[in-house]
Amino acid sequence: MNLILTKERLSEQVYRMRVRTPLIAAERQPGQFVILQLDTEFGERIPLTIVDSDVDEGSITLIFQVVGRTTHQLAGMEAGEKIANLVGPLGQPSEIHNFGRVVCVGGGIGVAPLYSIAKALRQAGNELVVVIGARSKELVILEHEMRALAGELIICTDDGSMGRKDLVTAPLKELCEAAPKPDRVVAIGPPIMMKACVETTRPFGVPTVVSLNTIMIDGTGMCGGCRVTVGGQTRFVCVDGPEFDGHQVDFEQMMARLGSYRAQERIAAEGCNLHDEALRKGLKE
Amino acid sequence: MSGRPPEELLAAARAEWARLEELPRPLKPRERLAIPPQDMPSQDPLERAGNMREVALGYYAEQARVEAERCLQCKNAPCVRGCPVRIDIPEFIAAIAEGRMAAAIEIIKRTSLLPAICGRVCPQESQCQAECTVGRSLKSVEKAVAIGRLERYAADWDREQGEAQIPETGPPTGRKVAVVGSGPAGLTVAADVRRAGHEVVLFEAFHKAGGVLVYGIPEFRLPKAIVRAELDTLQRMGVELRTNFLVGRTRKLADLLEKDGFDAVFVGSGAGLPKFLNIEGENLVGVYSANEYLTRSNLMKAYDRGHAVTPIHRAQRVAVLGGGNVAMDAARTALRLGASEVHLIYRRTEAEMPARVEEVAHAKEEGVIFHLLQNAKRILGENLKVTAMECLRYELGEPDASGRRRPVEIPGSEFIMPMDVVIVAIGNESNPLIARTTPGLEVDRYGRIITDEQGQTSLPRVFAGGDIVLGAATVILAMGEGRRAAAAINRLLAAGDA
Ligand SMILES: Cc1cc2nc3c(=O)[nH]c(=O)nc-3n(C[C@H](O)[C@H](O)[C@H](O)COP(=O)(O)OP(=O)(O)OC[C@H]3O[C@@H](n4cnc5c(N)ncnc54)[C@H](O)[C@@H]3O)c2cc1C
Ligand SMILES: Cc1cc2nc3c(=O)[nH]c(=O)nc-3n(C[C@H](O)[C@H](O)[C@H](O)COP(=O)(O)OP(=O)(O)OC[C@H]3O[C@@H](n4cnc5c(N)ncnc54)[C@H](O)[C@@H]3O)c2cc1C
Ligand code: SF4
Ligand code: SF4
Ligand code: FES
Repeated sequence: MNLILTKERLSEQVYRMRVRTPLIAAERQPGQFVILQLDTEFGERIPLTIVDSDVDEGSITLIFQVVGRTTHQLAGMEAGEKIANLVGPLGQPSEIHNFGRVVCVGGGIGVAPLYSIAKALRQAGNELVVVIGARSKELVILEHEMRALAGELIICTDDGSMGRKDLVTAPLKELCEAAPKPDRVVAIGPPIMMKACVETTRPFGVPTVVSLNTIMIDGTGMCGGCRVTVGGQTRFVCVDGPEFDGHQVDFEQMMARLGSYRAQERIAAEGCNLHDEALRKGLKE
Repeated sequence: MSGRPPEELLAAARAEWARLEELPRPLKPRERLAIPPQDMPSQDPLERAGNMREVALGYYAEQARVEAERCLQCKNAPCVRGCPVRIDIPEFIAAIAEGRMAAAIEIIKRTSLLPAICGRVCPQESQCQAECTVGRSLKSVEKAVAIGRLERYAADWDREQGEAQIPETGPPTGRKVAVVGSGPAGLTVAADVRRAGHEVVLFEAFHKAGGVLVYGIPEFRLPKAIVRAELDTLQRMGVELRTNFLVGRTRKLADLLEKDGFDAVFVGSGAGLPKFLNIEGENLVGVYSANEYLTRSNLMKAYDRGHAVTPIHRAQRVAVLGGGNVAMDAARTALRLGASEVHLIYRRTEAEMPARVEEVAHAKEEGVIFHLLQNAKRILGENLKVTAMECLRYELGEPDASGRRRPVEIPGSEFIMPMDVVIVAIGNESNPLIARTTPGLEVDRYGRIITDEQGQTSLPRVFAGGDIVLGAATVILAMGEGRRAAAAINRLLAAGDA
């Protein structure tokens, strides 16, 4: 169990792994995640979205970005090794219907969790527009997979090395302005990006779902560490989420809580956070 | 809790034992009542607040025998009525007094499966010891025979004899039982059902088994090696342990029965849903549920800075809200993580505190500052981080439904204390996951699974017990429920109609 079947590097800091775990593969639904731990005595428990699963093979696909200690250690593992602890599938499955026209916006590593949802939405008959944002060409992931699902794929990079030189909110705004406007938006990425997206769609009244990546421990509703305020109420991301109505989420608070341990975390965060910076600048403009 | 150094306690016990040996046997009740109660040796308060090692060190052999001599061997044994699992208290105490330790532990184990644990964590003063004739005669529960300490002594003696004896298991029956949750309720069911020869799989959501015994109650109160030993015994009896398995998600409860060939299921999933106060500032950075704080420290070993990866705030000023065992554990953990001041804030008075008397005393000795008849009104922050807490003073009003005088706030009594961390320890509700994912499983309005006396739920072949049925309760009650449910499961499987 929990045997790593394959490992590939998708970009400088992003890896894809297929892991054997038949029960999770069989039960999992789009939008759900696992929690893994690499050392039973002292390791940290970290949540990762189940990007895809193969029931026949009994495997799930994980895509992760190296941001700190545990993801760094995981990236150092090879096919044939085992993940000590893996529990799931956790969280509420995504709401999947035929909504009509759905815009899926993914920023940085957020494209990975977005993929599982986009795939299900497509299978449910939705027409998809996918917007992928990244710092530069090298950091764009799942381009081909997304292209296979989407009627239209828009890529934005901060440095213009691929697609448009823009933040994801620019095409999102255009899509909202055009007729017919989208029936639904799903935005997953760094909190600051999700915040910018919900602010973009709010004036248009387009329902916007976000998937929150709070800090978690148990992932079963026991600790409350993952709590966020949604619509003025405290909700637990691991059991009530991870997806919520983005227009109701208190992102400021969520970002503060996500940064709770920044000083204590060893390896300086890369990738996502730099992307954050760019977006933060973008927001100010 | 005298705080006398262990060597002094030992010397006193030796002298007392020598004196008792001179007296003609049997001792007269008057003579027994004159024997001084034996205090528990404990680590020095200042020293222990800086380490995670167990605080209460356990009786010396001499102390155990002296304490055992205090028991009057009452015919009606009121103490037994106070014990939820009805341990034959006078009999095991008599065995200790006579130095027959193997007999003592054998008597205890007839009814209790986890004596080393219950002897440490039972709220004895409100259970067995509350009824003790000696305590009554001396007009103080604190002077009752120290039943819990003696129980612990016998259990520790047993463990120190080396490899535990593996209880016999009956011939294989071909029947299979799933136990959900590895807290005291689940551990008990697993043992009792396995003994009847049925196959048992114990499912646990966490990566380690033991429930609250490992993630909640800290090392300094219940060494994890003790829980580990119980689990080892279970596994050596042939119980299969499957960690990282969340029933309701990894597999639905109904699937265990319908697809996976289990003949019965016991749900002992505990009360793991932390309550919050719903006050302003509760989601600021630096506000924890006690569950999170204790899990980070105990299960994830965040206290072990050299090894653990999971972080925890090492705050200077910590406030803990609540007055139960959970609150005491959180407060004392905060001290051990290096806080310079730990404030415990409780709405009622010390008499109403649900925590064990010994834990309250230990917390005070270690320097936890008690604020009674006070409550948090809101938590203040800057940049979304905790900086202070506003409290309100209370006075006692009329008795409420529970008979306790209700605390009433004093208008205008607000005051502010600077804080870096606030830990909310006001109780737990039932985790709804299993109920939500199991159609037909009836729960009450608090989400507790409804069962009959035998632990039978609204669904055939599904039993439940422990905190998920009782609401947040105690280890011994969870164990007692487990025993009853296991007996019912064994009857059901023996009848062959499952
Ligand atoms: C439901 C859910 C699904 C997720 N899915 C994925 C996924 O599919 N792929 C993926 O790469 N990541 C995903 N994440 C984020 C992932 O869990 C974190 O990146 C991981 O916990 C970091 O662990 P670490 O030990 O490597 O880093 P740490 O040393 O713990 O942290 C390093 C840096 O990351 C930040 N950080 C810590 N926890 C999180 C978090 N939960 N989210 C974002 N930043 C965090 C810290 O503030 C710090 O700056 C998901 C998170 C959640 C809650
Ligand atoms: C900090 C703290 C201190 C305490 N101190 C004392 C004390 O001094 N004395 C005392 O008598 N009592 C004390 N208690 C209470 C006592 O620990 C509980 O009453 C007792 O542990 C309940 O036992 P249980 O078996 O019902 O559940 P738990 O011990 O809660 O165990 C339940 C287990 O089930 C697992 N689980 C939950 N859902 C699932 C699922 N869906 N699938 C698989 N596994 C699942 C959980 O992870 C957990 O391991 C304390 C409690 C706490 C939190
Ligand atoms: S199990 Fe608890 S209540 Fe029963 S005798 Fe032991 S300490 Fe007392
Ligand atoms: S009530 Fe007290 S004195 Fe009497 S038998 Fe029980 S422990 Fe002994
Ligand atoms: S991670 Fe503990 S409650 Fe959500």
